[in-house]
Amino acid sequence: MTVQLDARPPATPATGNPRQSSGRLSRFDTRFSPYLYIAPFFLIFGVFGAYPLAYTFWVSLHDWDLLGADHPFVGAENYTRLLADTDFWHALVNTLGIFVISTVPQLLAALWLANLLNRGLRARTGWRMAVLVPNVTSTAAVAIVFGVLFGREFGMINWLLDLVGMDPIGWKSNRFASWVAISAMVDWRWTGYNALILLAAMQAIPRDLYEAAAIDGANRARQFWSVTVPLLKPTIIFCTIIATIGGLQLFTEPRMFNSGTNPIRGGPLRESQTLTMYMFENAFAPHYNFGYGSAVAWLLFALIAIVAAVNVLILRRLGGDRPQKGAAR
Amino acid sequence: MAVFPRRRLAAVALAAATALLVTAGCGGGDEPGDGPVTLTVDVFGQFGYEQLYQEYMTANPGVKIVERGTGTNLDEYSPKLTQWLAAGRGAGDVVAIEEGLLVEYKANPANFVNLLDHGAADLKGNFLEWKWNAGLTADGKQLIGLGTDVGGIAMCYRKDLFQKAGLPTERDEVSKLWPTWPDYIATGEKFVAAKTGASFLDGATNTFNTILLQTAGNSSGYSYYDTSEKLVVDSNPAVRQAYDTTMDIIDSGLSGKYGSWSEEWVSAFKQSKFATIACPAWMTGVIEANAGTDAQGKWDIARVPGNGGNWGGSHLAVPKQSKHQAEAIKLAKFLTSAKGQIGAFKAKGPLPSSPQALDDPAITGATNAYFSGAPVGAIFGTGAKSLKPVYMGPKNQAVRTEVENAVRTVELGQRSPAQGWTDAVTNAKKAAAK
Repeated sequence: MTVQLDARPPATPATGNPRQSSGRLSRFDTRFSPYLYIAPFFLIFGVFGAYPLAYTFWVSLHDWDLLGADHPFVGAENYTRLLADTDFWHALVNTLGIFVISTVPQLLAALWLANLLNRGLRARTGWRMAVLVPNVTSTAAVAIVFGVLFGREFGMINWLLDLVGMDPIGWKSNRFASWVAISAMVDWRWTGYNALILLAAMQAIPRDLYEAAAIDGANRARQFWSVTVPLLKPTIIFCTIIATIGGLQLFTEPRMFNSGTNPIRGGPLRESQTLTMYMFENAFAPHYNFGYGSAVAWLLFALIAIVAAVNVLILRRLGGDRPQKGAAR
Repeated sequence: MAVFPRRRLAAVALAAATALLVTAGCGGGDEPGDGPVTLTVDVFGQFGYEQLYQEYMTANPGVKIVERGTGTNLDEYSPKLTQWLAAGRGAGDVVAIEEGLLVEYKANPANFVNLLDHGAADLKGNFLEWKWNAGLTADGKQLIGLGTDVGGIAMCYRKDLFQKAGLPTERDEVSKLWPTWPDYIATGEKFVAAKTGASFLDGATNTFNTILLQTAGNSSGYSYYDTSEKLVVDSNPAVRQAYDTTMDIIDSGLSGKYGSWSEEWVSAFKQSKFATIACPAWMTGVIEANAGTDAQGKWDIARVPGNGGNWGGSHLAVPKQSKHQAEAIKLAKFLTSAKGQIGAFKAKGPLPSSPQALDDPAITGATNAYFSGAPVGAIFGTGAKSLKPVYMGPKNQAVRTEVENAVRTVELGQRSPAQGWTDAVTNAKKAAAK
């Protein structure tokens, strides 16, 4: 039974039909069909990405009451007002604060987790799957549960603090405490995801580099910092940029963390109001000032671009040219 | 070679899928026809319309009613409604509008059907005069909404906690404890001294709003904005007086500091963590939903300290984007009729805005089993006709948010009363200018 099954039609040389039209068609095919194949992405991006981006900018140049019939053009007025708006800067500090205290421990923990998972563990696949579980739960559900855990009076965290004799913390009414609580949510959800990405990159590192390092007398820690980390640099940059985009757009966690009336303020003194929440507060309830909200959106966009660029620069510096040196050796 | 057509096919399929995705966003929507009509009603909180829908659908077999939003709070509901109106699609055929937001919607009346063009003028006598007027635009030419309920205020209290604290539990005696707000505070101090493990009241913001609306109703008739729509948060004595009284309440340690409508607030209901709560008529339904059946018969209702007051109440409007305007108007008229208002009151307690309904024995004789058989009809209904409305300015909601948050910062010990007042005025002015 070693019959070779080949359903393809017999390959006949394409000499039989030298008609002009067929040639044109195939030229068209080779020249334009690649564009056709990538067109869906660009079409969708155009409709859901580029167009809203441009439209938001257009709106941000107007005094645009969401319900109003007239939207007079005001030029850059929304932007100048926004730059003088203390609540905007307050939200910006909140966003950056939450971003830093969530992203730094998150990536370090992910790196550590990935390193652990990269070793010869028993039931390795099981562990690797397990770290991703938090990521598949719904953000809103996570935020609601954490919001309850961090409750002032009925929350479990304060109950535990009470057991060890500490005073309860006003997780929602203390600015720094609220940042920590929200960061805990973000990290719980995203650490495992980053760990898996880093793990995949780790596995692509050739084993002989480690063997060479071991022969040179490098211990495990030295191998990690001198071989693994430098070679992970592109992946770490990727993770950082993704974390930056997510971190600066943080909305669901702080929004659901604050329940009750006007949660969009992020607490009575705007303790945990992020930029996206501030954008929402202005564009929708209670201000319905679409133009002003759009200006916030554009400044947020600019901010993300700046922070991402800074990230890349810092990480380039940090990594130095160690991998190249290593490769040259 | 066989790979070629398949690839081309895949490309075509992808392109087609993209085109579908793009167009799907623009199509849809049912056309008005002769078949059964589905009317969507958008509400928040507890309107108590379920029974009425059944009745209406039985009487009008061609109509099917779908309700959205029962139990959501106003802060979730109002932005959604505004977005639907701004987008020109998505809103229900009949939508509920709370009094504080009505002013903002009235500023852009083109979003709504003018009910005066549809025979609503004949219904004027069915509503308290001020409730009817609240639905009219400034020039009086367009009627945006028909009134549903008004928010007569009482004080709901926990009999079991009062007993524990050695206070009277009978509603008439409890009412006598607090003819004024200082008396209420004095009672609260006695309650706190008894150390029942519960606070005297839920949180300062709801009480603040109650005192403000009561004080404003009894004096100038406006709160944050005067009737010429000028922001008077720092010059209206009613605002300052309500603020100072609330500060006294906080200062005496009476507040449980539960942020109103938060999850902690709901938990505090369930765990019997406070003894009194300022109680507009619609709040009775909220208490019942939050405290649950375990607390049945433990609640009762007494008079509110001070003199009456009105908080809340809504209108039903028909957005112009509705595809079934005629049917929607008919339904809105039915739900806001005296009969509809009585039905809603029986179900969830919102106090009618129709004088005929208020005089109906079904209201005057109504009791509420959950609240120990309290004669809710008499408690809320008496004086409902003499309720003095409080005028709400264009950015009332945004300003109120700022002032209440300032109250909250004092309650949580983040600000002193003096700092809180400065914040309230500064932030209110800023919000009004946005």
